[in-house]
Amino acid sequence: MATQTHTRADGRGPAGTATGRGGAARASLRQDRWWVTPAVTVAVLTGFVGYGMWAAFRNAAYYADPYLSPFYSPCLTDSCPRDALGSGFFGDLPWISPAIPILIFPLGFRLTCYYYRKAYYRSFWWAPPACAVPDARRKYSGETRLPLIMQNVHRYFLYFGILFIGLLAYEAVGAFGFDGHFGVGVGTGMLVVNVVLLGLYTFSCHSFRHLCGGGLRTLSAHPIRRQMWQAVSALNRRHMVWAWASLLWIMITDLYIWLVAAGHLHDYHWVA
Amino acid sequence: MAAYDLSLRVWRGDSDSGDLQDYTVGVEEGMVVLDALHRLQQTQAPDLAVRWNCKAGKCGSCSAEVNGRPRLTCMTRLNLFAPTDTVTVTPLRTFPVIRDLVTDVSYNYEKAAQVPAFAPGAPAGDDGHHRMKQSDVDRVQEFRTCIECFLCQTVCHVIRDHEENKPVFAGPRLMIRYAELEMHPLDTHDRRDLLRGRAGIGYCNITKCCTEVCPEHISITDNAIIPLKERVVDTAYDPITRLGNRILRRRR
Repeated sequence: MATQTHTRADGRGPAGTATGRGGAARASLRQDRWWVTPAVTVAVLTGFVGYGMWAAFRNAAYYADPYLSPFYSPCLTDSCPRDALGSGFFGDLPWISPAIPILIFPLGFRLTCYYYRKAYYRSFWWAPPACAVPDARRKYSGETRLPLIMQNVHRYFLYFGILFIGLLAYEAVGAFGFDGHFGVGVGTGMLVVNVVLLGLYTFSCHSFRHLCGGGLRTLSAHPIRRQMWQAVSALNRRHMVWAWASLLWIMITDLYIWLVAAGHLHDYHWVA
Repeated sequence: MAAYDLSLRVWRGDSDSGDLQDYTVGVEEGMVVLDALHRLQQTQAPDLAVRWNCKAGKCGSCSAEVNGRPRLTCMTRLNLFAPTDTVTVTPLRTFPVIRDLVTDVSYNYEKAAQVPAFAPGAPAGDDGHHRMKQSDVDRVQEFRTCIECFLCQTVCHVIRDHEENKPVFAGPRLMIRYAELEMHPLDTHDRRDLLRGRAGIGYCNITKCCTEVCPEHISITDNAIIPLKERVVDTAYDPITRLGNRILRRRR
């Protein structure tokens, strides 16, 4: 059998250097389309950020009685519909969209989320873009220094995330009321699904798993916390699924409410 | 699939120099990459250095990189590739090469020696025996399935792409060792400051490559590293938990 000698994979190669490593150095030998996942992640996250900015800054057509867009929930300024929870809490702020003051909480929760960290470290940071594909950074300190050490505040955003689930659930219940009568519309279903997906995402959080019982050494001594930990662990296995599903559903729900509020679409509903 | 000639490209060399070399090796249905390497060794390259032992995916010896992905060569079937594909086998990239596909994995043992050993407290029973419940060790037993193939260590970009991080980061294999001890119901040692300091858990950015390559399917990131990060948050970054622990005089 013929044997042919090649130059080293990257032309310079690690062998003979101080580290004495073998094989390919900086070039990856992966032959599969490893770049597809980071490319799709960049496309979807960029699309969401773009849509989210438009939704948050438009400051119009976010309420189609009885539906309140989840981007504007809780709605805390005077310009909000009167029956929205917390309406008028901040007083009259005509120069700012009611979505802006509350944006930091869901944004911070997702930005520090253990799943999204993986997603954007891979796709935007390229640290690394895929497994066994070289990291784009010359120096790397991970989450040991500012600003990334701030990822450790995730559990504080979780606390607000749980509060938001309550507020969104209140608004979803309100979406069953059509001029004082019980009813169900397409928007009602969308807002309910929105709360369910956000709830699954929030309660499958890794920090929540730790707080429920993951931090204990002896789970058997705390039977209730052990059961909570087991339930959260089961949800946590699909944290990524809930993260994407809830993200996309918020966008779809807001889009629907905007279409109805702006008069582009008729909401089909049944009223008792 | 009948027998065919496999294009096999193998990195040959030592710590001073090395190259990828092309071979054509006759292979048959059912063979794995390690079989092809053995066939190559038997027929054309008797001096090829390759580490192996059980050929059953349980000893962790035959780790290498196949087409750029860290794998156990004994568990990588050739039918994963088309007969016309060239299969490239290189040594684990993160560790210094000794010869051909054999690397020096001492780094992992040096890091293991830094982990404070299991430290049980006094036995609770009058008979002097330690007792624990199965439900308390279910979590830990997942980590005990580790075969120390070091695929997670070699794929971890923290040390794979940054040699300078080796002194400050223990790597995913050692993180599951820390997790195993920190979650053990009988252990009394608190390793959280060590995790933040000498083990360098903050260097992990949870990109989950360790979990992706683990041949034992241990959820290294979700079940070991993230729970450890949360424990470190308890002690180093969460003022409310720290204050609560102090007020309630709570000890772990």
